[in-house]
Amino acid sequence: MNKVIYLDNAATTKPAPEVVEAMLPYYTEHYGNPSAIYSIAAECKEAVNSSRDTIARVLGAKSNEIYFTAGGTESDNWALKAAYEAYSSKGNHIITTKIEHHAILHTCDYLESKGCEVTYLDVDEYGVVDLEQLKAAIRPETILISIMFGNNEIGTIEPIKEIGRIAHENGIVFHTDAVQAFGQVPINVDEMNIDMLSASGHKLNGPKGIGFLYIRKGLKLRSFIHGGAQERKRRAGTENVPGIVGLGKAVERADRTMKERTAREAELRDYLIKRVTEEIPFTRLNGHPENRLPNNANFCFRFIEGESMLIMLDMKGICGSSGSACTSGSLDPSHVLLAIGLPHEIAHGSLRLTLSEETTRDEIDFVVDNLKEIIAKLRSMSPLYEDYIAKHPEEA
Amino acid sequence: MYSEKVMDHFQHPRNVGEIENASGVGTVGNAKCGDIMRMYLDIDDNGIITDCKFKTFGCGAAVATSSMATELVKGKTIEEALKVTNKAVMEALDGLPPVKVHCSLLAEEAIHAALWDYAEKNGIKIEGLSKPKSDISEDEEEEEY
Repeated sequence: MNKVIYLDNAATTKPAPEVVEAMLPYYTEHYGNPSAIYSIAAECKEAVNSSRDTIARVLGAKSNEIYFTAGGTESDNWALKAAYEAYSSKGNHIITTKIEHHAILHTCDYLESKGCEVTYLDVDEYGVVDLEQLKAAIRPETILISIMFGNNEIGTIEPIKEIGRIAHENGIVFHTDAVQAFGQVPINVDEMNIDMLSASGHKLNGPKGIGFLYIRKGLKLRSFIHGGAQERKRRAGTENVPGIVGLGKAVERADRTMKERTAREAELRDYLIKRVTEEIPFTRLNGHPENRLPNNANFCFRFIEGESMLIMLDMKGICGSSGSACTSGSLDPSHVLLAIGLPHEIAHGSLRLTLSEETTRDEIDFVVDNLKEIIAKLRSMSPLYEDYIAKHPEEA
Repeated sequence: MYSEKVMDHFQHPRNVGEIENASGVGTVGNAKCGDIMRMYLDIDDNGIITDCKFKTFGCGAAVATSSMATELVKGKTIEEALKVTNKAVMEALDGLPPVKVHCSLLAEEAIHAALWDYAEKNGIKIEGLSKPKSDISEDEEEEEY
């Protein structure tokens, strides 16, 4: 079996053919620098602005509130660092959560080294932020609340609208890292009280190396990358025109297909969750049972370690990911799985499968059938399983 | 990421299982850090390791090093088995990625722990063997990012 079953769409997605097609002319004939005045440059400028308009329309924002960046990580860095700088006269306190992406957490670490105080909110067993804890964490010197829209590992969707309302009632800027959620769930920045939003192209069948930061008009955010006058003097550097065109096309496409696409993915995802949790013993679903990204399934299988499972899945052509220590480059498993209260040894046995619009029911069946065999094999080699069965022989 | 030999030992691990009433059993590692290795040894009256089996909870490298370690000690004397160091296991596997070197330490410790158990059961002292650490990761420090 040489076919690849790609179930790691939270890591990155396959660029859509229409996205690649839209980009190609900007690598060949439309190579002008958008800042120049001759006509071949004007075409590029127009293409950049047309992408900006598309994104603004989808978010319910204005075009001049969308700033192109090199991706989600840059957007997160910019939002946090620039907000900390811009509002330093008001205070030095930021509220975020324990389950953010490292682009947020490590930026917070950096800001702490500069004198920033950061509150990391707990989450419940499903990964949901407690709004009362959020309210209690607010201080007079709180300048920013940054909470992710949908979690990249366990898929849980946070109560963004309510968080934004609480932020605004207290006169605090609200940023959300929507890298996983944008294109998967409807987002309207006004209705959801969002002041800043990070997104990335390659998570929604667009190109890598491009993303944007939505910045509500009136926020005092300064430039993070200094140089030329691009992006209304807020983000210097010649525009990544092919990337911006690809992102615009990907956003237009994701918006157009969202309802049908995500309904189908959610149905297949639920089928996957049902089969796995019913047919594989000692298994738990991580993340919220209903309120989760439509393509995300995340499990923990007791007594086994994630990397071994990933290698065995790869040998069957199945691409997934794990929050085990071995895949994180440290001795600790995923901070998200620990934050939802899982013990280390269970967190090591996690598997994340994230579907795409191309995933089929046959593929899901193939994955579950193989997963059952792989887990049985790894458990037969596991001293933890041996010890457990010795204590509970009736469960063998 | 892994050598062909590591992949071979991971896909087809040698000597997986348990030995009933083994001469010595050693378990090392820590589930918190994601790897536990258990080694079973059968040792005859002449001090020869006649059989060796393992069970491992851990990554691909942990499984492969366990498998290779059992191959390296099987048929050896206790003295020879003590010379199966983590370096020897790594070399036999054509190397390991730097982040996985600790897996080979685990294999060495598992052999020592099983020999220690054998010595204690028989009230003997094995020259050159000190009480193994039950948790090999206690010496490791987490890297700062």
